[in-house]
Amino acid sequence: MEETTKRELVLHVNGERRSIVARQAETLLFVLRDGLGLTGAKPGCLNGDCGACTVLVDGTPIKSCMMLAIETVGKEITTIEGLDDAPIQHAFVRHFSFQCGYCTPGFIMNAHALIERHPNADEAAIQEWLESNICRCTSYQEIEAAVKEVLEAKKAAPTDP
Amino acid sequence: MAVGKSIIRKEAWDKVTGRAKYTNDFKEQGMLHAVLVTSPYAHARILSLDARRALAAPGVHAVVTGEGLPLTGEDMRDRPPIAVDKVRYYGEVVAVVVADTLAQAEQAARLVRVVYEPLPAVGSPSEALKEGAPLLHEHLDRYEKNKTTHPEPGTNVAHRTKIRKGNIEQGFAESDVIVETSVSFAPSDHIAMETRCATAEIWPDGTIHISASSQSPFMIKKLLHTYFGEETGKIIVHTPLVGGAYGGKAPVQLELLAYLASKAVGGRKVSVWNSREHDMITSPVHIGLEATVKIGATKEGLFKAMEILFLFDGGAYSDKAIDVSRAAAVDCTGPYHVENVFCDSLCVYTNRPYATPFRSFGHCEQAFAVERAIDELARTLQLDPWEVRRKNAILPGHTTPTQVRLTKSNVGNMPACLDRLRELMRWDEWQRVELDAYTVRAKGISGGWKTSTIDTDASSGVILTFNSDGSVNVISGVVEIGTGTKTVLAQIVAERLKMDVDDVHVKMDIDTQTTPEHWKTVASRGTFMAGRAALAAADDAIRQLKDIAACVLRASPDDLEVGFGRVFLRDDPAIFLPIKDIAYGYKFPNGNAIGGQVIGRGHYILRHLTPLDPETGAGKPGPEWGVCAEGVEIEFNRRDYTYRIVKAYAVIDAGKVLNPKAALGQAMGAMSMGLSFASREGFLFDKEQRVLNPQLRTYRPIRFGEHPEYIVEFVETPQIDAPYGARGIGEHGLIGMPAALANALSLAAGVPLNELPLVPELIWRKQKGDSYGSV
Repeated sequence: MEETTKRELVLHVNGERRSIVARQAETLLFVLRDGLGLTGAKPGCLNGDCGACTVLVDGTPIKSCMMLAIETVGKEITTIEGLDDAPIQHAFVRHFSFQCGYCTPGFIMNAHALIERHPNADEAAIQEWLESNICRCTSYQEIEAAVKEVLEAKKAAPTDP
Repeated sequence: MAVGKSIIRKEAWDKVTGRAKYTNDFKEQGMLHAVLVTSPYAHARILSLDARRALAAPGVHAVVTGEGLPLTGEDMRDRPPIAVDKVRYYGEVVAVVVADTLAQAEQAARLVRVVYEPLPAVGSPSEALKEGAPLLHEHLDRYEKNKTTHPEPGTNVAHRTKIRKGNIEQGFAESDVIVETSVSFAPSDHIAMETRCATAEIWPDGTIHISASSQSPFMIKKLLHTYFGEETGKIIVHTPLVGGAYGGKAPVQLELLAYLASKAVGGRKVSVWNSREHDMITSPVHIGLEATVKIGATKEGLFKAMEILFLFDGGAYSDKAIDVSRAAAVDCTGPYHVENVFCDSLCVYTNRPYATPFRSFGHCEQAFAVERAIDELARTLQLDPWEVRRKNAILPGHTTPTQVRLTKSNVGNMPACLDRLRELMRWDEWQRVELDAYTVRAKGISGGWKTSTIDTDASSGVILTFNSDGSVNVISGVVEIGTGTKTVLAQIVAERLKMDVDDVHVKMDIDTQTTPEHWKTVASRGTFMAGRAALAAADDAIRQLKDIAACVLRASPDDLEVGFGRVFLRDDPAIFLPIKDIAYGYKFPNGNAIGGQVIGRGHYILRHLTPLDPETGAGKPGPEWGVCAEGVEIEFNRRDYTYRIVKAYAVIDAGKVLNPKAALGQAMGAMSMGLSFASREGFLFDKEQRVLNPQLRTYRPIRFGEHPEYIVEFVETPQIDAPYGARGIGEHGLIGMPAALANALSLAAGVPLNELPLVPELIWRKQKGDSYGSV
């Protein structure tokens, strides 16, 4: 029964074309993890409540447990493995913005998208974006410090031509 | 050199790049998946279980049920790993379905037909103790238990700890005022972001390979032996990084199911991974409590007597709840000197998810009860609540409730913590202020203390191996659950060997076959015990390095020093050997060689710990008492009963801060968890004791933006025995938060708030009177 519902999908992940055979009902999270070995996105609730599975789809942070893999065909997917030395990663390390590290990939992807899209984000915007992820180890103050530092640095830096 | 610096945690870059791997990230071709079938009733007889349709479903290999399995439990063996005959809580496992894929196992799990006959459910400890309450365990007298567990057959009492110190009647007789306060809260959950996961595989030679997201890999090994008679030498437990634990991953549960599932499919590898819903209610939870505290004091506020009754909601099985109830009793008064103490702490069975350690191990629970009572006492006597705490603060020379005499080393400096808190909070300026017609700001405080009630023979070992470049590998059984302990161990080793911490490498994963045992990664004992073992291992390595160098340099080992990558003459450091030239032995120019790889070994076992006297509680339960003083400032809206936590303060006696930023992170993270628990967490039960909110959408931990400003400082009163004097600090931040928040809100709302969680509805109900009902 199950086999008949499988099909081949071609996904664009972290700048590469990846082909995979998966059930049509499979979520993006499970295809990334089990099919492509990209285990950076974490399952935390499979209900869109915790944000541990956040990845970027065409630059928008998406809870990958809430999206079918088949919906992402033709879109650009970026996972934590596709981030290359992003300022937010350095800031997280500097500010001790994680402990167990399980929620970290989701938080970083969300924060990275916020910084890219809204370099002038104010307090309210930062909260609106980051309240979608749960961290159980830190006090959030450490994460706040990291995000604000990167936003400040971006404001201070000369804009790209 | 390395100690006292904010060294970046060793696995930091793995964690910010997605390379860090947790148990469920390791996938293998051919690995089978298990899904749990759980009970929809909190108390029911199982009349029949029919797995035929599930077994016939695509991909299914086995359905494991509970017949013939041994009972399990660490203090008392009262829990079948899979329920038989009867279920005792909502969400209890009744069968385990094993299939090729997770999706197939999930589909087949729905096909297992179980017929139940519901029984009346027991909903709270006080209900469970009523005459005629349904008994959860009819055969409490038949269970195997250890010597320190005292169940009361014919009742729902799994264990009772008695503390009898001084003369309670006399204490109350000498009191000018006696204040009695009752508090309560329902069970809640740890909510580690990584749900629990275990895999098991049994090889043809009988070797059992377990991988587990666990704080207790070595205990898994021991318990598989105890329960199933497996040879300990043939059990190998692997624990990679753990995605949050907070006590919830100390018990052993899924590992047993994975083992049974693997056994049912001829030893193939099987993974059992909790859904969030199962992780919240099927796996053990944070304990609930009903407590009554009676304090007798002089009119100046000096404590004369404390009588405390703790009724802990242990849930359906005793697991570690017995130990939690004992730990709260051991430190029942909080960090105050009380000559006359009478405490009964009961671990009570109810038809609720079973309880297990939660960060602070009974102490935030104890503190909530006693610190609310202290505030009520201060209010009655019209004294400053800070003054009352300061006046009664515990000091060296006093004794604890279990009659351990305190010294300058084994207890932190409570007055110093309180004094600094008062300054930081600007306590004297105001405690309650009305900003406008609706907005009130208020402050609340709490003291806290904790010793670590762990097994009297708990030990920890460390191995140091040298690499040919002179760098060192640290191998310790402490699990990296997020506390950064392994990085702190690297700092300790670097400090002792006087080397660059970058040259100290840490093995993060645990493999019980090659990693020396560390009892359990619990009780804030990682740095203390593994730290002592690391120091011993470093000293052992230093001895070996000196022996080899002594031979080559033709000098007595006593004249040599190790440091800065060299072994050198103390008298003339220009005469030296690089460690890299002797780390694998030394080769003379003619080819002759001496020595071999330097391997440092060290271990540590806590000394002089004793079980408690069953009648008086006298005994030494832990090595030292860390203390703290904490506060919360809130802004309360009198119109809609909502509030905002503005600031949270903690002053903790850390003994010695080994890694300042990591220590701050531990304190602030614990405070956040305490505030989240106190302000918004708790299971909601219906009348049949079914949990109504086993989801993160309906059980909502604190989120970004709801966090207050955190202000944390450390006092440093060294504990002489500990590495560089460091005391445990992973839990203290949590201890005072629920009480401080409740004290602040009680002051703001003008009504005693003695229940958790402190949601606006509760405050509204208390102000309007309980008869007002709920919405």
